[in-house]
Amino acid sequence: MTAAPFHLVIIGNGIAGISCALTLRRLRPEARITIVSGESLHHYARTALMYVYMGHLRLADIKPYEDWFWRENQLDLVHTTATALHPAGQRVSLSNGLTLSYDALLLATGSESRFHDWPGQHLAGVQGFYNLSDLEALSRDIHGIRRGVVVGGGLIGIELAEMLHSRGIEPLLLVRDAHYWSSSLPPEEAALVDYQIKQNQIPVRYHTELREILGDAQGRVRAVRTTAGEEIACQWVGLATGVRPNLTLARTAPALETDQGILVDEYLKTTLPHVYAAGDCAQHRLPAAGEVPIEQLWYTGRMQGETVAHTIAGQPAPYRRGIWFNSAKFFNLEYQTYGRAPVAPTDGLSSFYWQHPMRQVALRIYFETSDSQAVTGFNALGLRLRHAVCEQWIRQRTPLTTVLARLAEANFDPEFFPRHEAAIVRAFNQQFPQQAIAIRPKRRLFF
Amino acid sequence: MPDAYQLAPPLPARLPFERAALTAVAAGLLGLLLTLADADPHRQQTWFYAALGLLSVGTLGWSWLKYGQQPAGVRQDGLWQCASTSRGAAAWVTGLVLTGFYIILYWFPDYLTHLIRPLDGFSHSLRGRPADQWFLYGTFYTLAVALMGARALWKYRHSRYQAIRTLSVMFFQTGFAFILPGLLQLFQKPEFYFSYFWPLKYDYLFPSTVGYLIDNGQALGVFMVFWGAAMSFIATPILTYFYGKRWYCSWVCGCGGLAETAGDPYRHLADKSRAAWRWEVRIIYPIFGLIILITALLWLNTATHNVLLGSISGKAAQWYGFFIGSIFSGVVGVGFYPIFGSRVWCRFGCPMAAYLGLLQKHFSRFRISTNGGQCISCGNCSNACEMGIDVQQYAQRGAPIVRASCVGCGVCSTVCPRGVLNLENGPREGRLLASTLIHADSLRILS
Repeated sequence: MTAAPFHLVIIGNGIAGISCALTLRRLRPEARITIVSGESLHHYARTALMYVYMGHLRLADIKPYEDWFWRENQLDLVHTTATALHPAGQRVSLSNGLTLSYDALLLATGSESRFHDWPGQHLAGVQGFYNLSDLEALSRDIHGIRRGVVVGGGLIGIELAEMLHSRGIEPLLLVRDAHYWSSSLPPEEAALVDYQIKQNQIPVRYHTELREILGDAQGRVRAVRTTAGEEIACQWVGLATGVRPNLTLARTAPALETDQGILVDEYLKTTLPHVYAAGDCAQHRLPAAGEVPIEQLWYTGRMQGETVAHTIAGQPAPYRRGIWFNSAKFFNLEYQTYGRAPVAPTDGLSSFYWQHPMRQVALRIYFETSDSQAVTGFNALGLRLRHAVCEQWIRQRTPLTTVLARLAEANFDPEFFPRHEAAIVRAFNQQFPQQAIAIRPKRRLFF
Repeated sequence: MPDAYQLAPPLPARLPFERAALTAVAAGLLGLLLTLADADPHRQQTWFYAALGLLSVGTLGWSWLKYGQQPAGVRQDGLWQCASTSRGAAAWVTGLVLTGFYIILYWFPDYLTHLIRPLDGFSHSLRGRPADQWFLYGTFYTLAVALMGARALWKYRHSRYQAIRTLSVMFFQTGFAFILPGLLQLFQKPEFYFSYFWPLKYDYLFPSTVGYLIDNGQALGVFMVFWGAAMSFIATPILTYFYGKRWYCSWVCGCGGLAETAGDPYRHLADKSRAAWRWEVRIIYPIFGLIILITALLWLNTATHNVLLGSISGKAAQWYGFFIGSIFSGVVGVGFYPIFGSRVWCRFGCPMAAYLGLLQKHFSRFRISTNGGQCISCGNCSNACEMGIDVQQYAQRGAPIVRASCVGCGVCSTVCPRGVLNLENGPREGRLLASTLIHADSLRILS
């Protein structure tokens, strides 16, 4: 008789939970792995919900793995909600009445939309946009309406605006700050996004917040009132003001220490034995310098899932996010960022910014003001940069002039696209004539 | 999971101008039916050219309204909701009409007489002889590539790669596959297509064709035989080594040209499942083997003055022409565009594609690079792949895409919202290596 195999139970089938499952399957082929999700039977890409709405993809197309994949890799899927945690008995209760015993438990419960207790936020036709049921509600509630108000000048805000716009519904965007996504984009970059907003004829109110949502006699939204006192008639309101960790399950175990999220150490261990947390729901007690305690990104969810699987498999690995990167697309404008690229002026850091005089193309390179002039980060708009090259330059503290002279190596635009290295270097040489640089030969196109 | 129709609301009604353009297309098709029905030569002429005019104006007008009137960028709204592009009733009707046209064209051309006669004048001025069903087919084919090519140019005008590639297929279809063969006939030379080679144009290396070209074309005929053999055995491996299969399949080939232009609205219909990939391998390589065998047997038989095989090899060639050359490449390949996507023939049947694919996979510098860890698994790349490659499986692992079937159309790279994919020719060393920025055990854990 053999002992029962090691059993990992994962709560949540988002990218963090699934990455952990796949990594553990590779490290421990014999382990039993159960993935519990109340949202959907199969893992799907949350990032792609907008494309389902716009009709670019079907729901089946946003599943990153075909349905046979789970059975072939012996990953047991349980489509039900986990309702209570019993750490003493190493068990989890499920809403279908069953319980699961675990040798290790990963909490990857993700996020939920964060609202700010606005008057009227309970009205029909008011929602956030995070999961499948949000998409269903959206689909149902905005059909046939004339105008929807989107609150929030961030990534989800502009996604919602694009979704409504694609259906001929006017989205009106309320942005708290002076410009779009002011937590991540310097004013010049934000101005390019604003151009996209204008080009698509999206009305936008900067410096404006939501004060209250007004309903009609049937309890449906009919208008919003802004902090500027303006009343805007609308039939739907999207609240895209961020997300917070989903702690519903975590709160059922009083011994599990939480703050904003589930508190974890660098090995993604919680305060309970054999219980781990990863992804949006985890809060790092001691985030590394320059990093935030709660990371709510696809990429970090994947990295945390991969890392925690090593610890669970008995090969303890601290979570090291590595050099930051992110990307987005604002209507037709692509955006990529690498490394340290702060919005506000930062001590010891300068930046060189170039923008095409006619096209929607811009590049900002951050560097240390000290003699080293080590490059620390990039913002690229309308221009694709090679992740590996940017990462290497940042890691090796390559001086700005070297990076500019070799900029072609970082270009990731398709063949035949206009190249901007020469113009960028010319602009730099004009701005810094004492450091004028000569450009290296172009990356060869064909060979 | 909820059904797709709950997640994406019905499409809004078409605008009046859009309806007018579509009506013109429908009226053009009706005009062709009237031409078929009318025995009067004079009226035939009128119906026929009025129909072609309406088809042209309608298609160009529709493209201009749908793409030209919007900001340049990826435009796929409603792709999976519009009946004509999501296997709805309109798609089935289109498929039946196309299939029916091919059946009549191949086996009952007499029924097309009323459509052929109006082309006599044009045929005389181009080829110095009356029109036949193949001239009608060539005219329709070239017109489809030109009109839908214009549509593709509008749709993809934000991508210089797509624009140049589209112009290339339009040029090769019009010049090399339509005008040049016509002019050769005008000057009493053998009709020859310089842009088709063995094993796609299998009979170009059959003893009978070689004999005919040399006997009837004198020096030019000898050059044609030399050209065909040199393209098949010398130029193809060399060009594929440097650029991958794309130099032919998505830049030059007429079948590819039709798929990239007229077939563009259907590219997402290619089946991405593993099961479809298995069928692809099971079918395409045996067909490639079969045509090699038949060609070899024909030469063997010729060398032995019909003693060795009698009429068997000739019969085999006839059967191959019937099943593969006519039914597979024509009736199924194009007729099923609206159901199975635009590359059914190229993916499952074309022996040239099999040959190019083997070279591309094993002896080429071509690959599609994945940009570090930037993939968000959204699925747009896989959806856009006309060859049914699940591109996302590679991208989300940070792996480059090296697949025999990839025709290098580049649409995966064009539609990627995060700038993750790029078609590149580069050194063969490390061509298959995945990015180190994505797996925990390769970078963040060990370093």
